[in-house]
Amino acid sequence: MKIRYSAYLLIAAGLAFALVSCGKSPETEQPAGGGGTAQGGQAVDASTAGTVTGTIKLQGTAPVMKNINMSAEAYCVSQHASAPAKDESVVTGPGGTLANAVVYIQDDMSKYSFTAPSDAAKIDQKGCQYHPHVVGMMAGQTLQVTNSDNTTHNIHPVPKDNREWNQSQPPGAAPLMEVFSRPENAIPVKCNVHPWMKSYIFVFKNPYFSVTGPDGKYNIANLPPGTYTVVAWQEQYGTVTGQVTIGAKESKSVDLSFNAASSGD
Amino acid sequence: MASSAYNQNLHRFAVFSACLTLVLVTAGALVTSNDAGLSIPDWPLAYHSVVPPFVGGIRYEFTHRVIAACEITISLIFALWLWRAEPRKKVRYFGWIAIAVVIAQAVLGGMTVIFRQPPWISTAHATLAQIFFCTVVSLALFTSRWWWQDASTMDDSGSPHIRTLAIFAAVATLLQLVLGAEFRHKGLGIAPHLIGAAVVTGMIFWTAGTLRRRFPSSPALTKCRVLLHALIGTQLVLGAGAYWSRIATQTDPQPMPVMVTLTVAHVVVGALTLAGTVAVALVTNRLLRHESEAVAPASRAQEAM
Repeated sequence: MKIRYSAYLLIAAGLAFALVSCGKSPETEQPAGGGGTAQGGQAVDASTAGTVTGTIKLQGTAPVMKNINMSAEAYCVSQHASAPAKDESVVTGPGGTLANAVVYIQDDMSKYSFTAPSDAAKIDQKGCQYHPHVVGMMAGQTLQVTNSDNTTHNIHPVPKDNREWNQSQPPGAAPLMEVFSRPENAIPVKCNVHPWMKSYIFVFKNPYFSVTGPDGKYNIANLPPGTYTVVAWQEQYGTVTGQVTIGAKESKSVDLSFNAASSGD
Repeated sequence: MASSAYNQNLHRFAVFSACLTLVLVTAGALVTSNDAGLSIPDWPLAYHSVVPPFVGGIRYEFTHRVIAACEITISLIFALWLWRAEPRKKVRYFGWIAIAVVIAQAVLGGMTVIFRQPPWISTAHATLAQIFFCTVVSLALFTSRWWWQDASTMDDSGSPHIRTLAIFAAVATLLQLVLGAEFRHKGLGIAPHLIGAAVVTGMIFWTAGTLRRRFPSSPALTKCRVLLHALIGTQLVLGAGAYWSRIATQTDPQPMPVMVTLTVAHVVVGALTLAGTVAVALVTNRLLRHESEAVAPASRAQEAM
């Protein structure tokens, strides 16, 4: 009887030891060197391609963004000594323009081939917040994460269709280079050290997307002639859509609005 | 008299271990409620060292790990002490079961970090924590002076038997805790946990009500039903408060103190509720017998639990 229970303890200890041996920080996949090539097909004819532009606005009274309590870390507080940082869920500009909206073409563009940019999409951690708040990039493109703060962050995207990773980044660490290989909308990104830090990453198969700034403007260029569904996404209000028909070398404007009274998807 | 074998120091150590476990459960709940579960992305080291920078969510996660290490040490000491000083064989072996459970719990904790908190691992980690707490509370009960004393058994001629009700109440409470953990770790919605709350409340009221009807004069059983009422009442209030606070603060940019406080309190009282139902099941099993069972006037303190 003694031997049996000792054996159970040994097994448990062995399991723990094995786990210790395997326990390590999550490895980063080596980026694919950027510029991955998307699906095969014809190239977009630049001589006939058009452009869709527009402005994204918020109708109604914008919510007042709450102050972020960064008291969990004195350094973070010190970076906002003059004014507390604010929640960035809804950022508006003059005239009700809406920042951090992602505008993209919803239609199937698989008959065209696209190459992911060789330059990286970037996220910086500064003032204990992510900059920018929303990032758009292509599948296979490199994401470069930097830490401009004098404190440790961990950057933790939580995708559904891509590989999840969670990397710590102490002050002065080299930039993290990661790749999302599959298209995916609204990948939430968080820092488990600083729970108020949030951002979103959109990964597309094609380059037909744009993220608005405080002026609410977007620009989607090099679009083949055709009829398209333009989608705008905002983290609190969900999505709104519009239709546009582009002729050869035509530029059209499609303005879309969110309703401040709605709660989104 | 059997109580002469009672070891006060051993019992006090068991109580200390149970209290430390409750602190550990609290620390773990703080980790989850502050979304700090992966603030230390490696295990068993922390940022490749023994002591990480103590900032932000790392404070909760690292504190939780330190208390867990203390708990494993305490549990090992207790198991060895039981092995040397406890005359009842089953209680000695129960001490080793406790150490095995807490080691398994540590392994699960490591897995939550290494595999980045898949809901089933996080739920298993939360559930095993509750089971370990029940284990140490049971050991505190077994080593108590009351348990060593001769106990006069009483006939429970009613149906269903109180022992059965108490066991089902404990099982229902455990399942409810699993559902709560699934909700917290985003494996399930709130609806199953709400349904479970109704079931557990019904089971506890049924058990307590039956205790009052059949044994209104027994001091020990009166304490049992008072304990059950107190725990379930507190837990229901805290559950409502935790859910309200979650809704009220859902647009806030970070976990808010009111939500964290109420949710952690709800988790901790949940652990106490489970331990309470387990203790009641043990006590009723010790004090009550069905009329069909043979009368055994010998001291029950000498029996194996």
